[in-house]
Amino acid sequence: MAIENRKVTVTVNGQERSAEVEPRKLLVHYLRDDLGLTGTHIGCDTSQCGACTITVNGDAVKSCTMLAVQADGAEIMTVEGLGTRNELHPMQQSFWEEHGLQCGYCTPGVMMAMIGLLKENPNPSEEEIREGMEGVICRCTGYQFIVSAVQKAAKIMAEANEKNDQKVAASQLVGEGNL
Amino acid sequence: MANAVGAPLKRKEDPRLLTGNGCFADDIQLPGMLHAVILRSPHAHAKIKKINVEEALKSPHVIAVYTGKDLEGKIGPVPSSWLVPDCNLKEAPQYPLAIDRVRYVGDGVALIIADDRYAARDALDLIDVEYEVLPAAVRQKEAMQKGAPLVHDDIENNIALHWKAGEVAEEIMENAEVVVQESFYVQRVFPSPIETRAAIGQYNPGSEELTLWCTSQNPHIHRMVLAGVLGISEAKLRVIAPDMGGGFGGKIGVYPDEALIGYAARDLGRPVKWIEQRSEHFTSSNAGRDEVIDVELAGNRDGTLTAIRVKNTANLGAYLSTMGPGVSTIDFGLMITGAYDIPHASCETFGVYTNTTPTDAYRGAGKPEATYQIERIIDLYAREIGMDPLELRKKNLVRKEAFPYTNAQGLVYDSGDYEKPLQKALEIVNYEQLRQEQEKLRKQGKLIGIGLSTYVELCGFGPSKVAGAIGFQGGVWENSTVRVHPSGKVTVYSGTSPHGQGHATTFGQIVADKLGVPMEDIELVFSDTKAISMSWGTYGSRSTAVGGAAVAIAADRVVEKAKKIAAHELEAAVEDITFENGVFQVKGVPGQQRTFQEIAKSANMAWNLPEGMEPSLEAQSFFDPENFVYPFGTHIAIVEVDKETGEIEWKRYVCVDDVGRVINPLTAEGQVHGGVAQGVGQALWEGAIYSKEGQLLSGTLMDYALPKARFFPHIESSFTETLSPVNPLGAKGVGETGTTASIPAVMNAVMDALKPYGVKDIEMPLTPEKVWRAIQNGEGN
Repeated sequence: MAIENRKVTVTVNGQERSAEVEPRKLLVHYLRDDLGLTGTHIGCDTSQCGACTITVNGDAVKSCTMLAVQADGAEIMTVEGLGTRNELHPMQQSFWEEHGLQCGYCTPGVMMAMIGLLKENPNPSEEEIREGMEGVICRCTGYQFIVSAVQKAAKIMAEANEKNDQKVAASQLVGEGNL
Repeated sequence: MANAVGAPLKRKEDPRLLTGNGCFADDIQLPGMLHAVILRSPHAHAKIKKINVEEALKSPHVIAVYTGKDLEGKIGPVPSSWLVPDCNLKEAPQYPLAIDRVRYVGDGVALIIADDRYAARDALDLIDVEYEVLPAAVRQKEAMQKGAPLVHDDIENNIALHWKAGEVAEEIMENAEVVVQESFYVQRVFPSPIETRAAIGQYNPGSEELTLWCTSQNPHIHRMVLAGVLGISEAKLRVIAPDMGGGFGGKIGVYPDEALIGYAARDLGRPVKWIEQRSEHFTSSNAGRDEVIDVELAGNRDGTLTAIRVKNTANLGAYLSTMGPGVSTIDFGLMITGAYDIPHASCETFGVYTNTTPTDAYRGAGKPEATYQIERIIDLYAREIGMDPLELRKKNLVRKEAFPYTNAQGLVYDSGDYEKPLQKALEIVNYEQLRQEQEKLRKQGKLIGIGLSTYVELCGFGPSKVAGAIGFQGGVWENSTVRVHPSGKVTVYSGTSPHGQGHATTFGQIVADKLGVPMEDIELVFSDTKAISMSWGTYGSRSTAVGGAAVAIAADRVVEKAKKIAAHELEAAVEDITFENGVFQVKGVPGQQRTFQEIAKSANMAWNLPEGMEPSLEAQSFFDPENFVYPFGTHIAIVEVDKETGEIEWKRYVCVDDVGRVINPLTAEGQVHGGVAQGVGQALWEGAIYSKEGQLLSGTLMDYALPKARFFPHIESSFTETLSPVNPLGAKGVGETGTTASIPAVMNAVMDALKPYGVKDIEMPLTPEKVWRAIQNGEGN
């Protein structure tokens, strides 16, 4: 019984993309095989390892737990959308500086999961970071340098937010004619 | 750039991996590519009565189905690469697909090729196999008994090998004041890289060249073995290991699956991709350990140790894996005295066939097991004679003056100063005060445990002459080419095959110092048999000590040649040229100089070279070390056991490792952390569970406890540096020390915590239930 393919359109890393897929196709396969975004990896078949974690409408999601058709119309961010070689996202920069990766296979998923964590809790303790990593598995690092990396990223992102807030506040003051 | 070696530099490989620009096996897409899946046996032991593939072939997506019978005579068995001598080794042929009998859950039965990933998996359900289920032999000690089911009909008592090394005269044991004995089970665990195994074959019918991308820690070994299996010239087979998501020993093996994919790609003339599923990985990728170790340690009441006698009964699974036979014999049996000067030792190993997935090298391979038994029995001996386990260790550690030290089994430990990391670790934890506190807390009913592990590890394989003598079907030297381009930029080729270790960085550091060029001017090439000369890959913590040494020697040769060219251009004698920070300089004549980049251009243009000199600036080295290397150190685990629940709470984990010269302290520490995590995983959480019928009950990530972040303590890691004399870097190995050291450190800590209850051993992993039961037994409940 052939079931008709469906057109799935998403905004991924700021670009609108679409492809015709089988309704049963997993989101992770759609991203990897149909859209060519191979930075998101697959490490298991029971949704334990979290290597496929991305953000969907801002929330960290394991892309093996969703069908592509369920993501139709969604805003998606994958590791490819984080930062570039010359302009790394603070999470990428911190993973690099703190040696938060070895083989690098789980890393994209772990970084996306941690971006999800920092959205909920911008200043997590070591324990909270370790708890927050419940959905991902790294077999190389023993996690310690990942924890350091996330702490560093949190600090950089908090400082950047503060600066932004100040800028916004300043521009508001300007707008109000107080300066 | 001066002194890149020793600096905690960020890794060159990371920007690629961090931005999603890695290229792992499943990322490779080729025109016309097909997808393969392997139908595997659901039974541990059964006869194949009939296979019906017709329904599968009716699927419009299915291109081909192969069974074991289809491949008979077309593709050879996959051999083991470690034929340990003098042990009556019996190797049963492992055909890429089972022909008339399956011998473990996961044994390959049929290969399906389809034009779509999902359709290929659908076709698994369309193949009908009729089995006649047979009784299975699952655990090694039972499998050796008379009357046990035979895995291979012609191999009596399922004994694949019976190996002995060393002798302990009976009188020594009889005359000893103390003999402590115990039986330990180092349980079966799964290496579990987060990327599963994969293979992609592409055949060019015009050139008759087969390219195989596969998850291999040693592409040249894969090429050598698979060329034989597939009947293809080594010169026509190109093996490439793309980026790889970890290995830990699980990707050393040459597997039937890789042969199948190579065969199908050639047979169909189209590219074929196979990606292993995680649940498939648990039954079809080689497992680690699974050794029952009976040990007797003899000595005097004053703590002088005189002899150790060990028997290892190892579960080798249904077939001999690539390195399998060597793990419980050579790797284990020659290291049973550990870091201690015990004059007499003997080891007897039985390697046993069972109806389980084959076992192979897993991080440490034999050394974690050897370290486990000696470090555990030392603690029990100390308990027996009422001595602090630290004192017993100090009394028997090999002395600094004794190096190079020949252990009782004949291995020569290259260099060592075992007291150095021990003292450092003791200072970090403040050992004496810690013991006093423990005593105080014990009186309050708190179960605090302190576990020591003062280990030494054999690694850095190694001298090829020795490899030959111990039956390894390969050399274990390494090669490197350092190629300097006209601009002075450098490409370095190395025969090691990194998959997370960071060789591009550490080897780059070695070259940066040698040539005086910045790190960003150096690129590394690995893992492609078409680009790299014959070599032996990455395992056994050999990459820096052997591969890195080859890089250093090749770079030295480049400098030697460049110096001659500089002398020629500067009209000076070679002896009068100095080379520092990338500049050749005539001694005492300021301004008379050439940069490395200028000489690189001169060498490549060859307009004006010294008489008789060949053009270009490139050198190759083939390095075969004179000995293995022996890193060592001390790990201390401090835990508290909850009396009510049996749960183990971490207090501290301190490790001081001596791995010789540390090239990059950041990546070295990363290796230690990862190693410790895998060792602690074995001690506390991980373990394969088979039913008595041979069904794997822990066969998904829902059932097998791969450790998560919240499981771990903060690891306090540091190093001491005692150089190795066997390679020009003075480096040893760091990849496996953490695993080797940590398993007994954790176990000793928990056993120490439970000492008030007289508990001597609990089978790993130490789940709260087992610990709670031991406490209950100790309390007489």
